[in-house]
Amino acid sequence: MDVTSNMTGNVWKIVVSNGDKVTAGQEVAILESMKMEIPISAEVYGEVEEIIVNEGDFVNDGDVILKLK
Amino acid sequence: MKQDVLYKKNELDQQVYEKLEEIKTKSNRPYYSKLKVQNKMFVRDRIEYLIDEGSIEIEDGVFARENDEQFLPADAVVTLVAKINGRKVAIIANDLTVKAGTWGVKTIEKIIRMQELAEKRKIPLIYMIDSAGARLNEQFDTFIDRRHAGKIFYNTARISGNIPQISLVFGASPAGSAYLPALCDFVVMVDKNASVYLGSPRMAEMATGEKVTMEEMGGARLHNEISGLGDMLAETEEEALDAAKRFLDFMPQNWKETVPLAESVEPLPGKDIVELVPANQRVPLDMHAVINRLVDADSFFEFKKLYAKEMITGFSRLGGRAIGIVANQSKVKGGVLFPESAEKAAHFISLCDAYNVPILFLVDLPGFMVGSKVEKEAIIRRGARMLSTVANATVPRISVIVRKAYGAGYVVMSGASMQPDACIALPQAQPAVMGPEAAVNAMYFNKIQSIEDPQERQKYIVEQREKYNKDINVWSPASQLFIDDVVPGDRLRNDLINRFELYSENRDILEGIANKKTVVRRG
Repeated sequence: MDVTSNMTGNVWKIVVSNGDKVTAGQEVAILESMKMEIPISAEVYGEVEEIIVNEGDFVNDGDVILKLK
Repeated sequence: MKQDVLYKKNELDQQVYEKLEEIKTKSNRPYYSKLKVQNKMFVRDRIEYLIDEGSIEIEDGVFARENDEQFLPADAVVTLVAKINGRKVAIIANDLTVKAGTWGVKTIEKIIRMQELAEKRKIPLIYMIDSAGARLNEQFDTFIDRRHAGKIFYNTARISGNIPQISLVFGASPAGSAYLPALCDFVVMVDKNASVYLGSPRMAEMATGEKVTMEEMGGARLHNEISGLGDMLAETEEEALDAAKRFLDFMPQNWKETVPLAESVEPLPGKDIVELVPANQRVPLDMHAVINRLVDADSFFEFKKLYAKEMITGFSRLGGRAIGIVANQSKVKGGVLFPESAEKAAHFISLCDAYNVPILFLVDLPGFMVGSKVEKEAIIRRGARMLSTVANATVPRISVIVRKAYGAGYVVMSGASMQPDACIALPQAQPAVMGPEAAVNAMYFNKIQSIEDPQERQKYIVEQREKYNKDINVWSPASQLFIDDVVPGDRLRNDLINRFELYSENRDILEGIANKKTVVRRG
C-alpha cells in the first residue's frame, strides 16, 4: 500500500522510520507547499517498508512518499 | 330498489379498494425477496419512513396500466404529495419490483406530471431513484416525442432554483437517467447500492474494451470522493432518508420564501477561538473547531463532506437562523483553492443564493494553487465560476478573515471588493496580495540575484520582508476602513447573529431580488 502526496510541493519532514507501525490517519510526512505545512497521513494500518523520498525532494500530486506493508 | 342501488355502489367501491390493494402491496411482487438481500426497502416503505404518519394527501396515476396484459402496478413509479414535518412535498419514487424500476410509457408521463404539479404549487420535490433505466421494449413510445423521457430532464433543469429538488439514489441511475441526480440540488447516494453512470461496465467493454467494475465506474463512493456528483454518502437507506429531512430543514418551500427561524441554541463547549488559531501562519488550523464555537450546537450539516476537503461547505443554525458556511480548511492541502474546491464552493453558494440562505465566509487561505497541473485543469475558468457566483449572489453575505487571506483567494472568498454586507476580521488576520516570502522575491528578484555574498543576500531579504510585513496585520486595513470591524474571537458569534439579522431586514426591497431567479449550478 503506497502513501502518496496529495499536492505539488517539497518534502519538509518525514516523521516515521523504516519498520514503524502506523495506524490509519496517522501523519507520516509533512510537505511544504504554498508556504503551508501539508500533513500527509497513512490511509490504512501498516508497517513502513520503504521510504521513497528524501527531505527536500520535490513531489508532484500522486507521487509515492513511502510504502507500507 | 333502494337497497339494490346501495348494494351495487358498495360493490363498485369495493372493486377500487381491491385494485388498490393489489397495486400497493409488496407480497405479490416477484422481486420482493431480492430487495432484502440487497438491504433495500420496498418503495412504499421508503415513503412511509420519510413522511409524517398517514400524511399522504394525493396519489395520482396509481392505476397506470391497470388494464395492461402484463402486471405493471402503477407502471413502476409512485408519485404522490405528502407531508414532512408538516410541510407539503412531492415525491417521485421508482419501484424496483416492477420491471426493475424501468421507465415505461406511463412511468415517464407520471414523472412529468408530478414535476409540473410541484412547480405550479411551489413545493419541494424528492426523487427516490432505483431504476434500470429506459424500458427498451417500449423505447419507440418513450424517447422521441415532446413529452417523452427527455422532458423529465428539461423539467428538472427548468425547475432548478424555483423549488428545492432532492435525489436519493438507492440503486442504479444509468445512461440518460444519470442526468436526473446531476440536475438536482442535493444528491444522497447509498454506499454499495447506488450507481450512476452513462454506460454500464458491459456497454463500456463492448464499445471500447475497457474492463471495469460497477463500483469503479459509478459507485456512490466514487461520486462522493472523486466526481463530486454526490453531495452525501449514506451507509443505509434510513440514513439517506433522514438526510433528506435534515436538508429540507435548511430549505424554504420555494425561492420566494425564507427558512423559518428556529430556537437559538448555545454552541458546543470547547476551546476559545483565540486558542484555536495558531499564531504561526504555516501551521494548519482546524476550521471545523472554529465553526463549532460559532454555530448552534449540533446544527452543522456538512455538504459534499468527502469532496475537495480543503474547502468546507455546509448548512448550520446561528442564533436560530439558517445560514450556509463556506470555509477554508488549512488542515487539508493548506486550505489552498483548487479547481475542484472552487467549483464545490460555487455550487454551494448558488444553492444558498437560490433559496435565500445567508452565507458566512470563514477565510484562511494562502490563495489559489499555482503550477502547470492546475492550469491544465482550468483553475482560471473554474475559479472564475466561483468568483462570478459570489459577485452575483444577493443573499446576505458576511466574510470573516480568520487568519491569512492572500491574493485572488481573498477576493473570491467574498473579500471586501466582492461587496459583501460586511467584511470583518479577527485580530489574528493578515490580508495581503501575497505572503512576504513570495512578494519580496517577486519585487526584488534581480536585486537579490545580484548580491553575491550569501549572508548579505539573506540580510537584504529579511530586511525587505520586515518592511513588507509592516502593513500585513489587521490594524493597517482597519485604520483605512478597508475592513468594517476587528472582532475578538469571544465576541464573534454575537456579532454575526446581530449582523445577519440586520442584513436580512427589508432584503427584497433593497436588493430587488423579488425578480431574481437563480439556477443551481452543480460543481
